[in-house]
Amino acid sequence: MMSASETAVGRSQGEMAPLSAITLNVNDQVRQLQVDPRTSLLDALREHLRLSGTKKGCDHGQCGACTVLINGRRVNSCLTLAVMHENDAIVTIEGLGDPGHLHPMQRAFVERDGFQCGYCTPGQICSAVGMLAEVEAGWPSHVTADVATPGIALTDNEIRERMSGNICRCAAYPNIVAAIRGSAEGGPG
Amino acid sequence: MRSFTYERATDPRAAVAAVSRSGAKFISGGTNLLDLMKLDIEDPSHLVDISRLPLRDIEELPDGGLRIGAQARNSDVAADARVRTRYPALSEALVSGASGQLRNKASTGGNLVQRTRCPYFYDTAAGCNKRDPGSGCAAIGGFNRIHAILGASDSCIATHPSDMAVAMTALEAQIELLRADGSARRVAITDFYRLPGDTPHIENVLEPDEMITGVLLPPPLPGRQLYRKVRDRASYEFALVSVAAVVSTERGTISEARVAFGGVAHKPWRSVEAEDALTGRPATMATYRAAAEAAMRDAVGRGHNDFKIELAKRTLCRTLAQAAGAS
Repeated sequence: MMSASETAVGRSQGEMAPLSAITLNVNDQVRQLQVDPRTSLLDALREHLRLSGTKKGCDHGQCGACTVLINGRRVNSCLTLAVMHENDAIVTIEGLGDPGHLHPMQRAFVERDGFQCGYCTPGQICSAVGMLAEVEAGWPSHVTADVATPGIALTDNEIRERMSGNICRCAAYPNIVAAIRGSAEGGPG
Repeated sequence: MRSFTYERATDPRAAVAAVSRSGAKFISGGTNLLDLMKLDIEDPSHLVDISRLPLRDIEELPDGGLRIGAQARNSDVAADARVRTRYPALSEALVSGASGQLRNKASTGGNLVQRTRCPYFYDTAAGCNKRDPGSGCAAIGGFNRIHAILGASDSCIATHPSDMAVAMTALEAQIELLRADGSARRVAITDFYRLPGDTPHIENVLEPDEMITGVLLPPPLPGRQLYRKVRDRASYEFALVSVAAVVSTERGTISEARVAFGGVAHKPWRSVEAEDALTGRPATMATYRAAAEAAMRDAVGRGHNDFKIELAKRTLCRTLAQAAGAS
């Protein structure tokens, strides 16, 4: 449950709608909270549930720092409302792994030095995990030579195209691509 | 963001009834609407969440076509094996747009009714007849590199940003609409969108008590389909110009063609002029150039976007050469 001060986060601009009592399933935990309907999923995660691993960059779906997995699919948590995601399975970077038990993609980013400042990294990692599931499912991309052909060869070009929704202003892209490739190949990362 | 109340619709007719109240809007993926609400460009007082309505399926039609539910996500449509094999231009258009994250959220219906990316529409300090009717158009005489070259007016030179809808236009899709009383109608996609005229804030023929429930694709023409997009970045960018083409050839002669442009007008721009210039003609670069000239005969540049006229011609020629060959 949130405190009175947390309630104020969603109410700060003028008139307000009644708070909505919602249940979110985050990282396999059922969490109940009361939110202004305006609350983005991102703000619910960070400000209400104190899961600050998910980052707010542009808050307009342009940078990908807020990427989380909803029912296994990567989405921008800044461009959706918390009230729309009752009973969905939400996974944040905290749910993928922790320092003692890193997810293979987290380990790959560490081993390949796939970041500098690290701000975009949680979004990059959640996006990469979702992206590899899309490749596994055979989804085509803009650089797939023939969209009708089943099966995707995960070239660096495919990785770059599929990760274009995640901006890294430190420009750690070469190592991000290497980390994702390493993780996909199941190698040492 | 302005305050609003929220409800989740469980039934399509109830959803339409709920949105009929003043100030109400549908929300599905939310990727465009919430962006605009954060900027106070959209300010609904009530949101009707239609994302969980049972309208996600992609179904075979008796005539050999396909029906795409309005709530099917862009990524699901792009990845559908029937779409990829029978309507590859649609799959290509979808994967050329937005990012992986956004395609996982964006719905088919929402993609159709997304708003323009004109920077003056987004700038609440600027005049914009689309955002604030009667306030003028800052793009005319302003920085208008991305703006329309066909079908624009003195009120608005904005473009429609969708890639998906351009492919659907070349594929002669129909939009399926449901009213609160349960009645339905179908509108050809070319008739669904309006040109700006002096009411650029009215972008399509959707009535206040109507909801998009699906998109119907007729059986595809035989022949090659292509979607080619030209933009400032290699990925995650709107089109400067795009072309969707369907071309049937028989022994070096074009027997049928469908051509639509994106990034050039207030709506996906079907070019019957180009199609007429192609039909019955040899599949040669000279034919494509004639078709390009016909398509752009009425094009008007506004200064910064003058280059789009030549770019649209060249993009069409290149697309046709790839689709039908060039001798």
